[in-house]
Amino acid sequence: MASFKPTKIPIYPKLGEKVTPDTLYWKNYKAPVQIKEFGAVTSIDFSPLAPHNYAVTASTRIHIYGPFSQEPVKTFTRFKDTAYSGKFRSDGQLLVAGCEDSVVRLFDVSGKVALRVFKGHTKGVHVTDFTSDCYHILTGSDDYTCRLWDIPNSTELTSYKEHTDYIRCGTTSKLNRDIFITGSYDHTLRVFDARVEKSVMTMDHSQPVESVLLYPSEGLLVSSGGRYVKVWDLLKGGQPLVSLKNHHKTVTCLGLSSNGQRLLSASLDRHVKIYNTTNYKVVHNFDYAASILSLALAPDDESIVVGMTNGVLSIKHRKSPEEKQEVAGKQRVRPVYRVFVKGRNYVPKKDDFFVSKPVKSHLAKYDKQLKRFNISKALDTALELWRKNRKPDITVAVMKELDRRGTLKNALAGRDEQNLSQLLNFLIGNVVDPRFTPVLVTATEMILDIYQAVVGQSSVVDRQLVRLQELVEREIDYQQDLLEVLGMLDTLFATSLPRKEVPCPGSSRPNGLAEGGLGAPGPQLQAA
Amino acid sequence: MVEHAEIRMVRRGGSKINFREPVITNDSRFLLCAAGESVNVYSTSTEEFVHDLQGHTDLVTGVVLNPSNHLQVYSCSADGTVRLWDFMDGILIKTFIIGYPIYSIYVSEKHGGVVFVVVPMANYKSSELFQLVAVHLPRSGDQEVEARELSAVLCDVSPHPGAVSFGREGEYIAATKGLQLEVFFFKKQKSYRFSLKSGMKKGVKNAFTCVSCHPKEDCIATGHADGKIRLWRNFNQKKEYTYTTLHWHHGAVNTLCFTPEGTNLLSGGIESVLVHWHYTQENQKDFLPRLGAAITHIAVSPDGSLFCTSHSDNKITIIQSCVKVSAIIQGLVKGDGVWTDLIIDPRSKALVLNGKPGHLQFYSLHRDKQLYNLDIVQQEYINEEGLDQFEVVKAAFDARGDWLATVEERRKKGAELEINLKLWAYDKLTQSFVLNTTVTAPHEDRITGMFFSPSPETTMLVTTSLDDHFKAWLLADHSDTKEGFWSCDFVGGYHLLKPGCCSYSADGSLLAVGFQEVVTVWSPASWELLTTLSQPPGAIRDLCFGRLSCSKYLLGTSTKNQLCCWNLLTCSLEWSTPMDVSLLQADPLSENMAAFCSQSGSSDCECYLVSGSSYQYQHNYFASFGLDYVLHMAGSPWVFYNMCCSLVVRLTQPSRNRSNGLHSSICPLLPPVFVFKPSEPRPLYSQKALCTGKVQHAVFAPRDQMLESCEERTQWLNRSQLYFITQDMDLLTFSTKTEEDRLLASSKQLMVDDSVAVTPFYLLLGKHRRQQLEKQEALTNPMAERTQLPQGSIAIKELLHTPAHVLPSASFLCAMFVRSLLVSRSSAR
Repeated sequence: MASFKPTKIPIYPKLGEKVTPDTLYWKNYKAPVQIKEFGAVTSIDFSPLAPHNYAVTASTRIHIYGPFSQEPVKTFTRFKDTAYSGKFRSDGQLLVAGCEDSVVRLFDVSGKVALRVFKGHTKGVHVTDFTSDCYHILTGSDDYTCRLWDIPNSTELTSYKEHTDYIRCGTTSKLNRDIFITGSYDHTLRVFDARVEKSVMTMDHSQPVESVLLYPSEGLLVSSGGRYVKVWDLLKGGQPLVSLKNHHKTVTCLGLSSNGQRLLSASLDRHVKIYNTTNYKVVHNFDYAASILSLALAPDDESIVVGMTNGVLSIKHRKSPEEKQEVAGKQRVRPVYRVFVKGRNYVPKKDDFFVSKPVKSHLAKYDKQLKRFNISKALDTALELWRKNRKPDITVAVMKELDRRGTLKNALAGRDEQNLSQLLNFLIGNVVDPRFTPVLVTATEMILDIYQAVVGQSSVVDRQLVRLQELVEREIDYQQDLLEVLGMLDTLFATSLPRKEVPCPGSSRPNGLAEGGLGAPGPQLQAA
Repeated sequence: MVEHAEIRMVRRGGSKINFREPVITNDSRFLLCAAGESVNVYSTSTEEFVHDLQGHTDLVTGVVLNPSNHLQVYSCSADGTVRLWDFMDGILIKTFIIGYPIYSIYVSEKHGGVVFVVVPMANYKSSELFQLVAVHLPRSGDQEVEARELSAVLCDVSPHPGAVSFGREGEYIAATKGLQLEVFFFKKQKSYRFSLKSGMKKGVKNAFTCVSCHPKEDCIATGHADGKIRLWRNFNQKKEYTYTTLHWHHGAVNTLCFTPEGTNLLSGGIESVLVHWHYTQENQKDFLPRLGAAITHIAVSPDGSLFCTSHSDNKITIIQSCVKVSAIIQGLVKGDGVWTDLIIDPRSKALVLNGKPGHLQFYSLHRDKQLYNLDIVQQEYINEEGLDQFEVVKAAFDARGDWLATVEERRKKGAELEINLKLWAYDKLTQSFVLNTTVTAPHEDRITGMFFSPSPETTMLVTTSLDDHFKAWLLADHSDTKEGFWSCDFVGGYHLLKPGCCSYSADGSLLAVGFQEVVTVWSPASWELLTTLSQPPGAIRDLCFGRLSCSKYLLGTSTKNQLCCWNLLTCSLEWSTPMDVSLLQADPLSENMAAFCSQSGSSDCECYLVSGSSYQYQHNYFASFGLDYVLHMAGSPWVFYNMCCSLVVRLTQPSRNRSNGLHSSICPLLPPVFVFKPSEPRPLYSQKALCTGKVQHAVFAPRDQMLESCEERTQWLNRSQLYFITQDMDLLTFSTKTEEDRLLASSKQLMVDDSVAVTPFYLLLGKHRRQQLEKQEALTNPMAERTQLPQGSIAIKELLHTPAHVLPSASFLCAMFVRSLLVSRSSAR
């Protein structure tokens, strides 16, 4: 007496992305924490000192958040207009910020009032940064100038007026105290040396430059502007290396993951893309709710902070390995699992007699009903499963099994309005899925056969039948279009392939062995 | 036709053990069943084959226990004899010659010395009319007696053995045929007939299918084709009989059986459920479901403790106390047909073919035993007539037996064809195949051929299909997953022609695919079309590469009666012959090739075996083939005529190295009748009129032990044996005399005097023990051998071990006993 063989649920190939180590790494973040700011978040900067607080510049304020706090640990509000570009110094003690009112303010992170105020720009300052020796400040402004300031004296050291449009981004070298780079809406990137009067290098991005980023080695420079992200080789005199076009709106912000292996770009199209820096291929992609203006990564990628135009700050923290274990531990505590495990992990001792007990195989509910030939109930159960978890695999597999048993028609028949409409709902949802079409088309035909006599009695069912008809018609048109395209492609391929002649046995005789002459090949040899 | 005395065709593997109702002996230790021309004895506890009772010369059609001696059994056969056997020792006691083919046999305790047999009616020999006759067995001491005393009991009975049954204590006998039940009372010498109206229900007639009588009461149970069971009572008169109807089966009731006490009625049918009705409380019934296949017979042991059911898949199930299946005796499953080719599993050397529905069976040819069933479809089998089931249609092993590929398909009326390609990996741990990859709808139409590449480096599978494509499948290595899975590597086609067959060369470097009339040769390494060969008219039916030294030849057969051989070095036709070859099969271990012909118009089949060894003298050649073939040596070309089947072969190429003599280069294999090769061919063996019906599949099975036959005509059987299966599902093979002698010797060696089930373990241990005992005895007491203890003598043993009621009279025994105690003169010396 063989045991009942349960219905086989086929495993369909997963469409879409393949699982790579990158996706696993970047998926390993918790659900984002969202904090509402007063205006669009224009800049985020992490403190280089542990515990790596970060400054968020939005509207007329700069908030400093702790790594896990949702409330700001500190707030700087002494701005008369919109603040820009709050940046920490490399020792994490000072913070500099520009402002729409053209004044640059320097704060002590523990104080409240500005330590120094640098006045001189005539328009809003969007770019501020500290040089690597910590004594100077770089600023870039909408008055087309970029300037260097001395912190102790709060005086202007130099001013460069080479850009012909707003300067909206810039960065200082971390290795050389005199070198800094600015990007402007005049489509150019300029490298300046404070010891020289003029810029030392100019690169044409050919789009208004929104963000620049230096690699830790400072041999490569990344700029973003328009839909493009471009990488420049500074050691080869600013030669363009790669141009990436993976966003469909302006790329607003760039970041490097801490090991320098991955480059991140955020854009107004609400995506953050992650590139491999060896081949510049997109390895992962994050979606956000609104256009992204700013992006920053905590050291060691502990968290990803993204600021958006709608003023929402989204923080994703990396899952720690302990937490994962904790989750697993919680499951083990569940009583159901304990019941299953009971006695299973007992290791028999040396002298124990082992009496094996037949393991009772568990059958799913629909299988139990199939075993008893309760076909209609089995179909009901399968439909119920679909209603619960919206996965059509099991339902289709049960339908297929019923069809194989030759009883699908019986199972579909004799249903009331509610039952039938549920069935039709299922068909409308899945009949055009190519994986399920063969089975469901048969089922649909059967339903139409069975219930054609009662069409018109229920408005609900009629509406669904019309929907089904429209769906099928649309699908047929679609398939026809696809076939047309396929035909065109075939023609193209056929013309592009070189014609190859197959050696014909009669014409060429490549092998000398044949010379002895097994007569002429072919039909002559046939006997009468 | 020349007699080839040394080689004869024998049936192999799995005679039908479900042909007639099996018999369980009184002590429930053995089960006897008719199996082909012999009666097999199985042990009920270990399901092992114990021995067989051989002697009949035709199909055994019935086995019954001798009611007067429970250690004896009657068997009847279509050869017109009834034989009495001692089944414990396998000795033929008596043969009664009846003179007519016997279809079934019945005995009753009340009618001692009489057996009832069903024979054709004397005057209608050709027609389908049968009668039940009582045969009075003559009491005579001879081994062979002619039974002359026949008296007809009932005329016009069904030859089906289930259609006749003895009633309570043998007082009456009930027989059914068509819509009529006939009861014959022996005392009154009168018979009553009861007939049913031919009610049509669901298109099935309510005709009688089987009958069984209650052993204690006057009650007859009859089964009907519409699934009903009727219990007839009060039938000793014409008018006031009654019957009650039981209905559970939805198909025909195949068999019915009362338990010995009459408390239960067992019934079975196509549903493969054993239904267990409680007599007198008919609404109570128990079921034993999912027995595997339709039940054809049910038998109950005389003490009622064991049931056994025969099934349509050549299986006998032994059921203990009506709930537990305790043993399954499985023969070679012969389903509706074989769709897969006959295949040899490279690992176990077992023959693989379709078994139970949706299964592949692994059948050991050497041990004549089914090894195991592999469930391919993995779906619950629904026993219902007219249902389209999944069937395994193709199977293939790779060269080392690590991979098995199967194709299953289900054809629905008016709906899409469902095809699944499954690939199974051999698991060393469990010693069986584990499913690795399932490809749903690998092709859009039926798959016509499937082959693994024979080269050991790459495991590649090629499938050809009617959807105008052939596909190559490769095992993809995926480092991120633990084990690889199969994926499609290449899709090929040729001018939208339908590929019919394909073949790999022996080293796997070439692939030939037959596209209707054109043979395309591809290189599997680069998937380049190397050349095309064509020999119109007629689509290519089968393709086969030569092996070993003949690997440069490619053979093909076409539908328009052509057998062609191409030389692949020159890409030209080497020879061709008009022959209607339906099947080409190459021996993997030698150059030999077998070609099975089917002659259209006649059912006559022929097999030609061809080899390429050059022949010595033409005269010898003529001698060996006699009048069959006449060789015209009118210079070149040579023409061989086969007079009998009017085949003509013309050798276009007079052999160049004929002078090499005896066994110069062993060359190809060629065509059918004639040996041939491009140089000199000669058929090693040819056989005409193999069997009725077309040969469907054939395979060369390697022998486990090489034969050392030097005779030329049997040499081709040295390394491997040719098995083939016909439309009637007979598995046949060729065997030589030396081989049969060897088999006989080995079977004698295996004979054990004890009737305990023999297992290899028992043989091994038993032999060892005996030797030890003998050694000990010899050491301790050198006299022991001479003065044999009385317990050891055969007479004593017989006296003590045989039940008292079957022993001869005491006076007879006494003399024997005394004689056994005496020390004979010879041993005293």
